[in-house]
Amino acid sequence: MAYDKFTVHTSTAVPLPLENVDTDQIIPARFLKATKREGFGDNLFRDWRYNSDNTPKADFVLNNPTYSGKILVAGRNFGSGSSREHAAWAIYDYGFRCVISSFFADIFKGNSINIGILPVTVSPEFLEKIFTAIYADPKAEIEVNLLSQTVTIVASGESEGFEINSYKKDNLINGYDDIDYLQAMKEEIGAFEKERIF
Amino acid sequence: MEAKTLFDKVWDAHVVRKIADGPDVFFIDRHFIHEVTSPVAFLGLETRGVTVMYPERTFATADHNTPTINQHLPVADPLSANQLKALESNSTKYGISHWGLGHQKNGIVHVVGPENGITLPGMTIVCGDSHTSTHGAFGAIAFGIGTSEVEMVLSSQCIMQPKPKKMRVNVNGKLGKAVLPKDVTLYIIAQITASGATGYFVEYAGDVFENMSMEGRMTVCNMSIEMGARGGMIAPDETTFAYLNGREQAPKGEAWEKAMAYWKTLKTDEGAQFDLELNFDAADIEPQITYGTNPGLGTGISRNIPKAADVKDGEASYKKSLGYMGFEEDEQIIGKPVDYVFVGSCTNGRIEDFRAFASIIKGRKKADNITAWLVPGSHIVEAQIKEEGIFDILTEAGFALRQPGCSACLAMNEDKIPSGKYAVSTSNRNFEGRQGPGARTLLASPLVAAAAAVTGVVTDPRDLM
Ligand code: SF4
Repeated sequence: MAYDKFTVHTSTAVPLPLENVDTDQIIPARFLKATKREGFGDNLFRDWRYNSDNTPKADFVLNNPTYSGKILVAGRNFGSGSSREHAAWAIYDYGFRCVISSFFADIFKGNSINIGILPVTVSPEFLEKIFTAIYADPKAEIEVNLLSQTVTIVASGESEGFEINSYKKDNLINGYDDIDYLQAMKEEIGAFEKERIF
Repeated sequence: MEAKTLFDKVWDAHVVRKIADGPDVFFIDRHFIHEVTSPVAFLGLETRGVTVMYPERTFATADHNTPTINQHLPVADPLSANQLKALESNSTKYGISHWGLGHQKNGIVHVVGPENGITLPGMTIVCGDSHTSTHGAFGAIAFGIGTSEVEMVLSSQCIMQPKPKKMRVNVNGKLGKAVLPKDVTLYIIAQITASGATGYFVEYAGDVFENMSMEGRMTVCNMSIEMGARGGMIAPDETTFAYLNGREQAPKGEAWEKAMAYWKTLKTDEGAQFDLELNFDAADIEPQITYGTNPGLGTGISRNIPKAADVKDGEASYKKSLGYMGFEEDEQIIGKPVDYVFVGSCTNGRIEDFRAFASIIKGRKKADNITAWLVPGSHIVEAQIKEEGIFDILTEAGFALRQPGCSACLAMNEDKIPSGKYAVSTSNRNFEGRQGPGARTLLASPLVAAAAAVTGVVTDPRDLM
């Protein structure tokens, strides 16, 4: 999929300090019936965000105008559960480009990178610092720099590095995806396939 | 020669190319698709102007949002109908075999793959559904993928995968009365939490798994994802071969002999290294049930709900979880009221599960306060239920059998547990709203489900046996 290139994002952030936020919360199954990729942002965190009569729940952070930005900061084990890429689409469609947590579920992490969202894993201590900074000042900016692989709390200058393999990093910076790569090696795949016993 | 694990052997045989400081280009033998996660992938192919490279390696079945009654009628929900139509037309267009609604082989993707011999040892298998891990029961590397990856497999039969770390979970000893494979897996998850195996691929070993049927092994491997693992696998053995022999798409004759020779090499070598090894004693496992909103929040059925201080989840998350369920710390679970019982899903929707359920139902009656949805995993399971006389036992006890599909496992169709109601469910996820907005799910085995179905409350099945 074509997505925006990712280099550096400096933005305010939305705090969601819960642990084990699963993909059924990010996008409930009943909203997976579309045959297109766009439009899932409206139902991001649907059941936490809206009452059953579709009125917004005032106490949910996405309904709180104090917090906004391109970065979502979440508690550990974010994105557990299903393989639905719709969860990543919903986050992207809503306007987030980066999720920061101390721990991500595997499939969610892979799905995010594949569609141009950067999942950034920081230490539990640094995650706490980010939460503290946001709660102290909702306008606090966070810089996520993919080139230097660092996250920085802009006001205090506190910073931490994060890991990403160089293949995925190049993809994000250039806005490429894996399918471009695989299309270019079809002959090699064809030769491999001929040797398979099944 | 270097000692290798089962996982290494299968993985290494599928690496087309290694990328320095990047993922492996990983070849996929079998690809399952269903109506929910495939339409956007096909759309992607069209946008790029590429086609399906090996249509004979992909299999389509409709399951996630299909109705489980009156399947002969047109699907009422236009959005679901649209997805089903897209699956059919995409399959036809690209020459992919399609077992749609009403087809005699239709059923849940992870049930029909094995029962038709499509799933074989030593294979790599993916599907846009995280419980693809089920197929690991055959000694295959099988895991769930996202829609971008579905598009990769369709267009190139490969995905980009970094090799995960390796974990072995050993369970030895003799399982107690009423302890089923579902209890074994819920027990392990409760011990190591819902993220305890994230980043790992699991091999299950020890005599508990060696003595388990293929159905049981599928239940265990299915739930691997619920401890965070990408997948789990069990070395193929005589039980595996006996299950496969004669299945429609399994190799025959000379091809079978050749396959067997290969399959017999698929075990972890003596001295092979795992990144983590865990050991459990079968005697410690009693029938399990969950009380919270992730599959790690479970316990032995005779125990009380743990106190916040004793669980590994953060206190805020734990309190939110119990609040959603309407439970308190340190309460007894036995005797809790139940409104719904769901038997089905790719975790426990196979013939053995219905046999277990019927063993307790037999000669008893459904409790008046219980609404029961019994949903076979496939038409083949449905036929077996009828042939074995289980259907009659169910009917006599006041139960009805529905038609195959995912049903209340993810509540994408009409089968939704109403808000606030309690469901004892043999499926795999108890997340908030998983079985319907506001639904409260207690995951358990088919025996625990049966005990609840006849008594109307959470009941220890050992008391009814
Ligand atoms: S039964 Fe549930 S877990 Fe299994 S394939 Fe269907 S939705 Fe997924």
